[in-house]
Amino acid sequence: MPWDRNQMAERAAQELEDGMYVNLGIGIPTLVANYVGDKDITLQSENGMLGMGPFPIEGEEDPDLINAGKQTITELARTSYFDSATSFGMIRGGKIAAAILGAMEVAENGDLANWMIPGKLVKGMGGAMDLVAGVGRVVVVMDHQNKHGDSKLLKQCTLPLTGTGVVDRIITNLGVLDVVDGGLKIVECADGVTEDEIRAATEATVV
Amino acid sequence: MKKVYGSASEALDGLLHDGMLIAAGGFGLCGIPELLIDALVESGVKDLTVASNNAGVDGFGLGKLLETRQIRKMMSSYVGENAEFMRQYLSGELELEFNPQGTLAERMRAGGAGIPGFYTKTGVGTQIAEGKEVKQFRGEDYILEEGIFADISIVKAWKADDTGNLVFRKTARNFNPPAAMCGKVCIVEVEEIVERGALDPDHIHLPGIYVHRIIQGQHEKRIEQRTVRKREEA
Repeated sequence: MPWDRNQMAERAAQELEDGMYVNLGIGIPTLVANYVGDKDITLQSENGMLGMGPFPIEGEEDPDLINAGKQTITELARTSYFDSATSFGMIRGGKIAAAILGAMEVAENGDLANWMIPGKLVKGMGGAMDLVAGVGRVVVVMDHQNKHGDSKLLKQCTLPLTGTGVVDRIITNLGVLDVVDGGLKIVECADGVTEDEIRAATEATVV
Repeated sequence: MKKVYGSASEALDGLLHDGMLIAAGGFGLCGIPELLIDALVESGVKDLTVASNNAGVDGFGLGKLLETRQIRKMMSSYVGENAEFMRQYLSGELELEFNPQGTLAERMRAGGAGIPGFYTKTGVGTQIAEGKEVKQFRGEDYILEEGIFADISIVKAWKADDTGNLVFRKTARNFNPPAAMCGKVCIVEVEEIVERGALDPDHIHLPGIYVHRIIQGQHEKRIEQRTVRKREEA
């Protein structure tokens, strides 16, 4: 059985180590926070916060306290706030250990496309280009194939890039792959999924 | 010199001209200078270029200045929340310069700090790098980005003293300090003006040297995405 969204998030949480400062993207990456267990993880929200807490209890929303997805959130005892230039200073400066992000396409050389589809509404890259260029490790969490059944792990990205050679690891509903010299390497298969099934579902070179 | 003004319109008096570049603070609808935006709408100033991370939503924030067609160009990282923006952009009425969010923040900070350009790894090998100088440092490519030098900055803070020392609140700080820094004249709206001495000098987020005009007013502080958990989950 391929992994569902929550199982992908649970697997992605295993990438996190005690003491890490981490940035989680929107969508499935946000769910990763539910699976960090008792690891000491500090979440960064790039609009200017370290130590992001859960959603507020109804009635306790604060318009001055939102995450990068513009959702109301809460603070923790460890929280600090700062301005956007400082926030991206810590991102660009390599202080954030890892970013877990969604993607539209990943290429076998680590190129990432996740911000724009030409001809469709373009909303902007937000902080994605800064994150992939700056953080220590980029982990992509996405479905292995798009809704037409085409591989999202490609020899070359077809969409405009967010960054070149930036992805370290890809967690899909079928398993875990690393970007290595010469292509992608299967690290792990989802329960009941075989390496052959992953190869068959992958356009990128699997080494 | 007296920095405190009676209203947003008074605070903008004598500063506006068509075609000017305005740097605006805020992230989404959080920490936006709502009162100064309203005053800009009222002023009728047009052909504006606005450097702001987002473009508001329909009918609120910078969305109001879009509705009145006073903005000619936006410099932003994310504009997805605004139907009128998209309509004007797709019909060619509005120019848009996408900036990665960190690059936009640093361009403002740099402008305010007297730095005309800086090299960054952000956007190397992407559309954003097109036409920009590439330079190698320690074997890696970086692209040249330019500082933003705005005619005015419009900013929202939580508290100010009458000398312009500012304190922001939670994530409403966001782009406000770098936006404040990069304007020739910085106008700030706050929820409360306190007496000098009432703010702890060690806890000032932005020193008053960057602030030229201050107003106090009531803020709607609209929430863009209200997300909550049930009490029993807490």
